Amino acid sequence: MTDATNAARQSGGATTQWAVEIIALNKWYGDFHVLRDINLTVARGERIVICGPSGSGKSTMLRCINRLEDWQRGRVVVDGKELTDDARQILAVRRDIGMVFQQFNLFPHLTVLENCTLAPIWVRRLPKKDAEELAMRYLRRVRIPDQALKYPSQLSGGQQQRVAIARALCMSPHIMLFDEPTSALDPEMVKEVLDTMVELAGDGITMLVVTHEMGFARQVANRIIFMADGQIVEINEPKAFFENPQHERTRLFLRQILH
Amino acid sequence: MATADQVYPRDTPAQLLPAPVASTGVLGWLRANLFSSPANIALTMICVAAIVWIVPPLLRFFIFDAVWSGADREACLPSEQRPEPGACWAFVRVWSSYFVYGFYPISERWRVDLFFVLLALGIAWLAWLGAPRRDLGAIYFFIVLPILSYILLSGVPMIGLPDVPTSLWGGILVTIVVATVGIVASLPLGILLALGRRSTMPAVRLASITFIEFVRGVPLITVLFMASVMLPLFVPDRFAPDKLVRALIGVALFASAYMAEVVRGGLLSIPRGQYEAAQALGLSYWRMMILVILPQALRVTLPNIVNTFIGLFKDTTLVFIVGIFDFLRTIEAARGDPHWATPVTSVTGYAFAAVFYFVCCYGMSRYSRNVEARLARAHRR
Amino acid sequence: MAKMLQFPVRSKQQWTNIALQAALVVVVGGLIYAAAVNAANNLAKAGIASGFRFWDNTAGFDISQTLISYSSSASTFGRAFWVGLLNTLLVASLGIVLATALGFTIGIARLSRNWLVSHLAGGYVELVRNIPLLLQILVWYNAVLKSLPDLRGSIAIPGGAFLNNRGLFLPQPMFGANFGYVAAALLLGMVATLALRIWGRRRQDSTGQPPRMLYYAFGLIVLLPLVVFFAAGEPLSFSFPEMARFNIRGGAEILPEFAALLVALTIYTAAFIAEVVRAGILGLRSGATLRLVVVPQAMRVIVPPLTSQYLNLTKNSSLAVAIGYPDLVQVFAGSVLNITGQAVEVIAITMAVYLFLSLVTSFLMNLYGRRVAIAER
Repeated sequence: MTDATNAARQSGGATTQWAVEIIALNKWYGDFHVLRDINLTVARGERIVICGPSGSGKSTMLRCINRLEDWQRGRVVVDGKELTDDARQILAVRRDIGMVFQQFNLFPHLTVLENCTLAPIWVRRLPKKDAEELAMRYLRRVRIPDQALKYPSQLSGGQQQRVAIARALCMSPHIMLFDEPTSALDPEMVKEVLDTMVELAGDGITMLVVTHEMGFARQVANRIIFMADGQIVEINEPKAFFENPQHERTRLFLRQILH
Repeated sequence: MATADQVYPRDTPAQLLPAPVASTGVLGWLRANLFSSPANIALTMICVAAIVWIVPPLLRFFIFDAVWSGADREACLPSEQRPEPGACWAFVRVWSSYFVYGFYPISERWRVDLFFVLLALGIAWLAWLGAPRRDLGAIYFFIVLPILSYILLSGVPMIGLPDVPTSLWGGILVTIVVATVGIVASLPLGILLALGRRSTMPAVRLASITFIEFVRGVPLITVLFMASVMLPLFVPDRFAPDKLVRALIGVALFASAYMAEVVRGGLLSIPRGQYEAAQALGLSYWRMMILVILPQALRVTLPNIVNTFIGLFKDTTLVFIVGIFDFLRTIEAARGDPHWATPVTSVTGYAFAAVFYFVCCYGMSRYSRNVEARLARAHRR
Repeated sequence: MAKMLQFPVRSKQQWTNIALQAALVVVVGGLIYAAAVNAANNLAKAGIASGFRFWDNTAGFDISQTLISYSSSASTFGRAFWVGLLNTLLVASLGIVLATALGFTIGIARLSRNWLVSHLAGGYVELVRNIPLLLQILVWYNAVLKSLPDLRGSIAIPGGAFLNNRGLFLPQPMFGANFGYVAAALLLGMVATLALRIWGRRRQDSTGQPPRMLYYAFGLIVLLPLVVFFAAGEPLSFSFPEMARFNIRGGAEILPEFAALLVALTIYTAAFIAEVVRAGILGLRSGATLRLVVVPQAMRVIVPPLTSQYLNLTKNSSLAVAIGYPDLVQVFAGSVLNITGQAVEVIAITMAVYLFLSLVTSFLMNLYGRRVAIAER
């Protein structure tokens, strides 16, 4: 909601915490400047879609938010906690962030149910019964409760990704990160995952989604970020983004992707 | 010019005929596999000739003409009824309890038997992939069993088990003890070393790499010499470990370096995404390793782990050289017995040893291949 | 995994890491120090010297096989070291050559279409791999070679050799003074062939003509040294073994210990090499069929595990101590250690030798791997 963003900005940010603040973030891989001076604030409950050509650094930036990538310069603050070298802080931040990966990354040696209850039991110290109840609840939400005792290798790609979403949700995160969640799926399964994500969006959770699915962006995003060559080129609301892109680079990208 | 008459489709279904006789069944198989070309025929002839030349004499020696019972060498020497006696299995039978227990006191041998049973239980529990609560099995095998075994074999006078010094242990008992200690110690140590080798802390990584490369670069003999000759030098007299313990330490350290490399191979084969997913969920390093990464890594390298165990089992024979009476050494000792001095005693003794080692090692390698096949099937998605 | 920030600021995490590592260094260092102190005390109590001065002391013991001159009264412990080392290298290098030949044969036999051939080869591999090497060495030594006839009943082998339970006695080649020229000619021939090959490849690159090597190679490597041989007055004669009353005089003696060790090592390692070769070629089956493509690809897959088997063979040769073949371990960590009592120095030197061999081989393997990997891109 733009109103949320504006309201947060107007109140000066002193009492309201941003969900995510990225300040002057710079990252190099060796000599390659992969993230250039990224500045971004995300309000609570906002849904951001990040798009751009491959190699633009969008996944890298996303992965900085839960410190799966580190950086040489700049700051990242999540829910008021700054991400530094401190391992305890990193673990605390990661507890409250859920991430869904392009390759699902489900744990193959555990059942679907065990995949979902692993973190609640061992990180949040939930008793096993409560964790299993919680997991079944989210498995019902993503519409695969009957697969709970199967192993990931027995599920289709779309089902696995939905399990991955449920697994992330079981930790009751404040922020959900999606790194190209549908790029590895066969086309007929993309819809079921996107539908799950649209439902999720209705819950008010902060979402940052790196994706090429522009239909989804139009439907769900509060703001769309276009990145290229390690920089944020353009940020705008969907309507303005698609109808009136400001930069030539954006226009070029949209032409290619929206044939 | 094509006309309707030249259309191929039949108007009645084709008959299902059996394949021609010469290409299937026994005849067909023989043809394809053994006689398919002149060179092949020649090879087959050579192989058949070799088999005929080797197998019947072996059968005759080890089975048909063998002496199965007797009290001393007279039974196995050439005599009028038996001008060419075969293997002297009587010798093996008479010496068999020495081969299994060494000089372990006869009245206490039930303890050794109990140890064998407990060990077999532990192995079966862990090896059977469908067994329930295998995590408990691991605790049993790696923690409970060693303690129980020590109590049983070595003795604790207080609870009524008299001391049996290790100098009396011998034979298959010693071989199994050395192999088991090697396995039980090398897997946890190997995991720690493998993790240490991947650590971001330079001191830890350096220490791990140094240890692993050093131990893998030298022959086991030198490690055993080091343990048995140098260890007593390095510790004050009161703590001097006995001969068997020194050999056990040498074997354990040696095996853990090789196990470390096997585990490292497994860890490397786990895709980075698994690490990232575990981290993204907020799991700490050790939780991630124990709950997510190591179970997968060990599963993937289980065949290699078993192969390392097979090598370890064969390597137990080297303790012979530092004066420990393992199974092979008891065979060596027994074949010099003047009561049984015949031309065939040595061969019989060695054949018996070879059968024992072969059965154990081949059994393990079949298991390993079995596991590999199951893993391949499970991963085929 | 979290890497360290490059700021000079150290976080709590980094301090913990540093503390942990410092503790590790202290503990390990402390153990080593305590061990050294104890060792010094115990050695002093036993009256054993320290240091490497023993290297120049007279050895005082005999060695049954010496490739260089050695005498118990005149040679030093250092000399004994070199004798042992040479014996190790001798059995290891011969073993590597023979095991490779046998192993490749068996490996290829395993892949044969002929059911009998492939299963017989498979049976050999399974049998040999599952029986400990030490047992095999003992069998060859005690059961086979000891049962050869004694001196009186020596088996005469055509060509002037004798076989009995003391060893195999072969005619020994005696090289005359001019043989150096023949050797030089051989070396020259090999170098020239190599150069010719490189030149031929270059020519093929530019003109497309394939190199015709066989005749030139034959001429350079065989004919040239032969010509020099005759021109130098045939500087080669043989000393034939002769049966005397209590021993055999003349000729070269191959100890049963050496033979047993060599045969056992060859047969054992060949089984493993066969598996390496089989795995390597199987991995190619689905791929290319051209000879120029298959062989280099196979080599890439086969060479690293093959080298690992060669290293294993070299390390396994240390089992010589079980049957008394005077290899490095038997001579140095056996006899020398027993006489001088200086366990720490002797074992350290022995281990250092093997460690050196292993590290050099790993290093060369890495170079090879890198060179081959680039070619793949």
